[in-house]
Amino acid sequence: MLTTGQLSIENLCVVTNQNGRFRTLVDGVSLDITRGRVVALVGASGSGKSLTCAASLDVLPPGVLRNTGKVLVDGTAQPFADLRGRQVASIMQNPRTAFNPVRTMRSHAIETLKANGRYGKDAHERVRSAMDDVGLSNVERVLDLHAFEMSGGMLQRVMIAVALLSDAPFLFADEPTTDLDLVLQARMLDLIEQVVRRRRLGVLLVTHDMSVVARLADEVAVIDAGKIVERGSVSQIFLKPRHAVTRRLVTAHLSLYGLQLAS
Amino acid sequence: MSLLSTTNVSRVYRSFSLTGTKTHVALQNVSLQIAEGETVALVGQSGCGKSTLARLLAGLEHPNEGDVLFEGRSLRAFSRADWFAYRRVVQMVFQDPISAVNPRHSIEAIIAEPLRHLTALGEKERSAKVAELLASVGLRPQDTTKRPAQMSGGQLQRVCIARALAPEPKLIVLDEAVSNLDLLLQMQMLDLLRELQTRARVSFLFITHDLRLVERFCSRVIVLDEGRIVEQRAVKQGFEFEHPAARRLKAAILPAFPKPRPVAEDTNLVKVG
Repeated sequence: MLTTGQLSIENLCVVTNQNGRFRTLVDGVSLDITRGRVVALVGASGSGKSLTCAASLDVLPPGVLRNTGKVLVDGTAQPFADLRGRQVASIMQNPRTAFNPVRTMRSHAIETLKANGRYGKDAHERVRSAMDDVGLSNVERVLDLHAFEMSGGMLQRVMIAVALLSDAPFLFADEPTTDLDLVLQARMLDLIEQVVRRRRLGVLLVTHDMSVVARLADEVAVIDAGKIVERGSVSQIFLKPRHAVTRRLVTAHLSLYGLQLAS
Repeated sequence: MSLLSTTNVSRVYRSFSLTGTKTHVALQNVSLQIAEGETVALVGQSGCGKSTLARLLAGLEHPNEGDVLFEGRSLRAFSRADWFAYRRVVQMVFQDPISAVNPRHSIEAIIAEPLRHLTALGEKERSAKVAELLASVGLRPQDTTKRPAQMSGGQLQRVCIARALAPEPKLIVLDEAVSNLDLLLQMQMLDLLRELQTRARVSFLFITHDLRLVERFCSRVIVLDEGRIVEQRAVKQGFEFEHPAARRLKAAILPAFPKPRPVAEDTNLVKVG
């Protein structure tokens, strides 16, 4: 087991070339993620939250470049290839496109173990126990299914199980429940909370939904136009937001419940 | 008389393959009424038949049993001219705006399309109308020349709403139409739709799985579960459901405020690896 305690993203800048001029999309973002804690990165659509996530794992889409920035684990800078899948597991918004359509769930799980050099005699046992962990019933049947034979909720569970197989101490979750209905979302958040507790994962949760933040996060960083404009504990953000952007997010969220910010 | 109603509507899908025929009952004996100027919410978990019902109401599909009635007349008895009129008075907004527009058309052409086919407006009047519609959904006049790929999902959904409003319909079916927008935009859209309702007496069928939006926007709620209507009631302050499926939806609403959490030290007690 890797004995890491903290992952730090330092001074991350992401740029794109637009008609010959550089435009900064993520502007000097730094974040600390401690094991056992959930850090939420929130912001409106287009604020740079998903890019921050992608840039820290070096999986940016074409046409977008990371200018500066490094990722440290316990104070030591890490090559990005060592982070992905070893130190950091990730789950994505849309499970349907995250799986290879012609392969079974079992083969995805085994592939993850092989990629990590953890494929041994106990491989099938480990796969089964990870699937059990995320509350999939009838594991043997599920393992032989393809993505198109499964519901979105089931796929999302398998995605988390596969992420857990890597035994990585950190988890990046980019809008993990946005495509699910509210009943499934509530179940999924319960599940993430359980595995975070049980495995003491450090989580970076990227979302635009303040109710998900209220449910799961310990600390919150608010991003706007590529810059972090406010950070604080989750109760501080909800009860005493300072920056205008944060106030706007919290006010809109509360008005759904017929509540107002106490000013 | 209600504007649009259904009587004991059922819809069955059959799929054929080498291994045999499968049937899936999407809707069973669904009866509902929507009055003029009313906002009705249709809620339920994914896969409960909400979208199928929406497609039947819009006349995109036909029920296997039962009737859809518009102003008391069955859609089955519609003539060509009736359908032409119906296409104008009932409009739909879908969940995914990107697949609901032609990527090669400009925003102006997209919004003007129903005007071209369903109204007698000339070219000049059409572009004046498009400009007015764009402004009413909070987009800028210079957006008319853009293509869908140049806009964000939220902007494009507003284009779709503007397109639905263009032929001045009597009923708009919103099939998860605001789910993809972020919260601020959702609020703005709902406020805009409500304003339209008071101005033009439009009815809405608001399909969603988020009960928080229902309380804010709708006057009546219909709960669908496994293809059947399991509960209908008026939306009032602090209303409660009786059916378990409806209660499940209500219970899934996340808390408004974070609950007190254990401090970091507590989690050190958990075994590692």
